Amino acid sequence: MENLVLQALSGLASASSLFLVAAGLTVIFGVSRIVNFAHGSFYMLGAYLAWTLVTTLPRGHLGFWGGVVAAALATGLIGLVVEVLLLRRIYRAPELFQLLATFGVVLIVQDLALLTWGAQDLLGPRAPGLRGGTEILGLRFPDYELFLIVVGPVVLGLLLLLFHRTRWGTLVRAATLDREMVGALGVNQRMLFTSVFFLGSVLAGLGGALQLPRESVNLHMDLSIITEAFVVVVVGGLGSLGGAALAALLIGELHAFGILVLPKITLVLVFLVMALVLVVRPHGLLGKAPGPAHGGAGSAEPVIGPAPRPLLWLGAAALATAVLLPLLAGDYALSVLTEFAIFVLFAASLHLIMGPGGMASFGHAAYFGLGAYGAALAAKWLAAPMLLGLAAAPFAAGLFGLLFGWFCVRLSGVYSAMLTLAFAQIAWSVAFQWVEVTGGDNGILGVWPDSWAAPKLVYYYLTLALCLGATLLLRRVIHAPFGFALRAQRDSALRAEAIGIDAFRTRWLAFALAAVMAGIAGGLFAYAKGSVFPTFLGIPRSVDALLMVLLGGVQTLSGPIIGALAYTGLQEQLVRLTDLWRLILGGIIVALVLFFPQGLAGAARARWEASRGDA
Amino acid sequence: MATLEVEALRKSFGGVQAVRGVSFAVQPGEMLALIGPNGAGKSTCFNMLNGQLRPDAGRVRLLGQDITGLAPRRVWRLGVGRTFQITATFGSMTVLENVQMALLSHHRRLGQLWTPVSRMDRAPAEALLARLGMAAQASRPCGILAYGDLKRVELAIALANEPKLLLMDEPTAGMAPQERVGLMALTAGIARERGIAVLFTEHDMDVVFSHADRILVLDRGALIAEGAPAAVRADPRVREVYLGSGATQGGH
Ligand SMILES: Nc1ncnc2c1ncn2[C@@H]1O[C@H](COP(=O)(O)OP(=O)(O)O)[C@@H](O)[C@H]1O
Ligand SMILES: [Mg+2]
Repeated sequence: MENLVLQALSGLASASSLFLVAAGLTVIFGVSRIVNFAHGSFYMLGAYLAWTLVTTLPRGHLGFWGGVVAAALATGLIGLVVEVLLLRRIYRAPELFQLLATFGVVLIVQDLALLTWGAQDLLGPRAPGLRGGTEILGLRFPDYELFLIVVGPVVLGLLLLLFHRTRWGTLVRAATLDREMVGALGVNQRMLFTSVFFLGSVLAGLGGALQLPRESVNLHMDLSIITEAFVVVVVGGLGSLGGAALAALLIGELHAFGILVLPKITLVLVFLVMALVLVVRPHGLLGKAPGPAHGGAGSAEPVIGPAPRPLLWLGAAALATAVLLPLLAGDYALSVLTEFAIFVLFAASLHLIMGPGGMASFGHAAYFGLGAYGAALAAKWLAAPMLLGLAAAPFAAGLFGLLFGWFCVRLSGVYSAMLTLAFAQIAWSVAFQWVEVTGGDNGILGVWPDSWAAPKLVYYYLTLALCLGATLLLRRVIHAPFGFALRAQRDSALRAEAIGIDAFRTRWLAFALAAVMAGIAGGLFAYAKGSVFPTFLGIPRSVDALLMVLLGGVQTLSGPIIGALAYTGLQEQLVRLTDLWRLILGGIIVALVLFFPQGLAGAARARWEASRGDA
Repeated sequence: MATLEVEALRKSFGGVQAVRGVSFAVQPGEMLALIGPNGAGKSTCFNMLNGQLRPDAGRVRLLGQDITGLAPRRVWRLGVGRTFQITATFGSMTVLENVQMALLSHHRRLGQLWTPVSRMDRAPAEALLARLGMAAQASRPCGILAYGDLKRVELAIALANEPKLLLMDEPTAGMAPQERVGLMALTAGIARERGIAVLFTEHDMDVVFSHADRILVLDRGALIAEGAPAAVRADPRVREVYLGSGATQGGH
């Protein structure tokens, strides 16, 4: 009994910390509609800055608390700079581009933090005056945790006062409800956005700084907190402060008690709850449905015409290279080329969902990974020959695509994307925690091709044939009635339904088809690497796929192909050339978003069309 | 048998009773105009007829079959085409492709994964567009079309379904007066030739009185008059609520 009370208290402390971060994220989203991946980076920066300040300033109350507050404010200033230099220029860009840009910031901050603070974990001092513990029901409970329990509600109270008692707060709430209305009222929107971003970043920084006495500061804090903060914000309802508080409480306690009751599936539990909430309440606990979309023919997506002639030549040249070059290549180059082919298919499969489908997936790696595990499990437990393993891959991925997709495609926008993330995390957790079957973190080793396909050159040609065939099949589908129906429901749900198109079914089948294709890629990847690991289904790989598609451009299938080649090649080169590849990659991403908002292929196409128009 | 029979249809939004007990029928080949001032409940009626809104009470029957509360895509399958007051087309497709989509759906070929759309139902789509005077626009993207042309695309989409009932919510909004009369004359011709029942709303009284076989007048959700154009024109109640206000042409 006493134990349970203490567990509940420790859940409250986690909830409090989580709330600080989530509150900042939700307030920023409410006003700017930006899904800010970099919010976790601000949290990490807050922790690092606090470490520097607290260890530099004289010891004692002033040094510690002054350091924490200064770190939060400094983080706010960094957020402000990011807003002014980057985000302000892309408020009108599509949601996913904003996401891409903020992910570029994540990469940049990671390397800057590495440069500044080094790779080792940093331990901060404990909080003066809160070093001890308090006796609760005969058990000791740390004072600092009690302090954190108080901080959450106090910050919530202050924020509510700010939003309900000041003119600025009224504007923020109005902007959250209806952004266009505020613009129409002639309010200085820029100042409003910038100040909100500052506030949100301060909250993230404060959340990070306050972790100093609890845990070591390290370079993984950003991605681990951002996933949790996303979950909290989405479960609570995007833009809802009260919802964030409620969801933080729910998730915090779930963590605390999940460990007691079901230690094996704690990771799954949080995402299961999120999936459940979204299925029952598609806009989160306290979120409101967004207003009806304006206009019917308003889609800015361009018409898909026949491929321009230069593109066909380029494609033919690329194909010739892909077929002939390997004859001269060594083993290492062959492995790289094999990966190129695999990632082209992986990106093309995501493109079907994102481009024609008009949906976003933050969890596409799930199907890549499920394909890889499908093949590896067949090889390991059934001693299946390679071709059977390769057939098991799309089968497994497609099955789960049907299952997960059934839930995901019912929702829209960010909620749908977050649900894809939740399912991907569930798949990841199972791969990670079900050690007896999947080998857990150690993965499954010894997934090698049959002897006929063992030479790297043969395996490369097999991969090329399958990936090329599958990608061309996807192209065929996009140009066929089914692909048009998919675009139809994206362009105008109203008109699509009115001419007999079942949007749900169309989206669902497209989702499953994309999963099948990603599964093929995953299966080939498993045999190429000889092993599978939980990272195959991890968030970073999902983000890779997103980056490939967005870098290339979502409008036509040439986009993800070019994006996959550019991204894989770039990453490959950067990793080899410099330790600071994240910094450079992040910089390139940010530059691309700012200067080529249509992606590489889109920009090239626009240029080509313009040059032809002039002639 | 009447193509469409509507019985005591009702709908309210919160406190607003948008439609309060409307009944009427449309015969094959008949042009029936539904007129009334802005906010009278015309669009709400249309939305209940094709399943976009579920009525609070009342029945909708198509060729004797009860279709009340069916989803719009099922209503389309039963042979109803509609145009929207605020046009809705597929902006990333050309005019021709928009019409092809409707034809493909009508022929139940939208699930096909292999043959390119560019090779399917092209000729009938082109013929339909030619009939509506849109042949020259066939390869233009719908996203950049003028409003009046979008209305024609919507009509082509609706006709592609070989409908028994055509629902047209302000089909000529955004067109020049000359164009309006031309389009409605064309519609009336097609309707008579194919026996299509047409229900339309319209603000331009010239169009209404020259092309409607019969007129329904809606005011604040209730029918206040029904009959041949001459009779409706003479009805003192109609003159009071509608024509008397001087608004023979208004917004939407
Ligand atoms: N979705 C809705 N929600 C709330 N009120 C609505 C909605 N649709 C229509 N109304 C109201 O119902 C009444 C009838 O509207 P409508 O059918 O659009 O009229 P009309 O097409 O004749 O101009 C109006 O008062 C309008 O404000
Ligand atoms: Mg109307």
